[in-house]
Amino acid sequence: MSKFSNEQIERYSRNMVLNEIGITGQRKINKAKVLVIGAGGLGAPVLMYLAAAGVGNIGIIDGDKIELSNLQRQTIHRTENIGMPKVQSAKKFIERLNNDVEVTTYELFINNDNCQQIISKYDLIIDGVDNFESRYLVNDTCVNLKKPLVEAGIIGFMGMATLILPEGPCYRCLYPEMPDRAPTCSQAGVLGATAGIIGSIQASEAIKYIVGIEENLNGRVIFWDGLTSTIHEIKLQKNKDCISCGPKKGKR
Amino acid sequence: MKISKTIDLTGELCPINFIKAKIALEDLKKQEILEIYLDDGIPIKNVPRSLELDGHIVLDIEKVDEAYRVLVQKEGLNV
Repeated sequence: MSKFSNEQIERYSRNMVLNEIGITGQRKINKAKVLVIGAGGLGAPVLMYLAAAGVGNIGIIDGDKIELSNLQRQTIHRTENIGMPKVQSAKKFIERLNNDVEVTTYELFINNDNCQQIISKYDLIIDGVDNFESRYLVNDTCVNLKKPLVEAGIIGFMGMATLILPEGPCYRCLYPEMPDRAPTCSQAGVLGATAGIIGSIQASEAIKYIVGIEENLNGRVIFWDGLTSTIHEIKLQKNKDCISCGPKKGKR
Repeated sequence: MKISKTIDLTGELCPINFIKAKIALEDLKKQEILEIYLDDGIPIKNVPRSLELDGHIVLDIEKVDEAYRVLVQKEGLNV
């Protein structure tokens, strides 16, 4: 999209007037290829804001179908679409919001066999999965393929978010090994708005990365505590023994 | 003074007029001059000022009938 139509100028005007985005930044957004893994609680605000901003090519991976219990937080899905694959419902939502966006759907769960092939097609990956197996797989694959990853997780009233660049630090620098027993979203409660807050942070980091705004969440993790309405931040250092992004890479 | 490009932004509201001016300036080389027509009121108050904030030079503002003719020299980078 080298020439903007009048409709596009109007649609993206509030992005384009931002000094940090401008005309050049909007062009980058319109050309970006972003993969969103999971069309659930985090995926919903992520997809909504990326599509609204005009991200040119969005891939969505999710093997689930919509259930009634999802609708309390997965705000892109509709009651009348219960039973429909989430990727299909997400695609419909995006098409109604912004026709500039080309959507590719993958109705499957990410696993060892498919992750490399799918992730390699995109410039930026956004993690919105609900289990640790997938989270570690996505982290390791993104580091291997040198793909930037906007990582986040939520539970209850709490959430965390960070930006992982290929040189690290990565998710394994923060949590080297998968926890033995951890509640997943499908087992535990989560406030819908927690997903909205953290997913929106992911969308913001993604757009900033695409545009080239350098001050970002790389090397930092922010933790949101909705019960006390506070945000904490920690510096994330590269772990020299990290089996994903360190010199011992590939020893896992 | 050679005008490289003219753009009529009368009837366009803020911030669309500003964005269209920015896009028009993208195609110009440094120091080339863009002639813009803007409405009275908010557009003439804001657009020249915003272009200056982008680093361009407003050379002249002249009232022409109901509108304003603004000459802008491209100085800033494309943003």
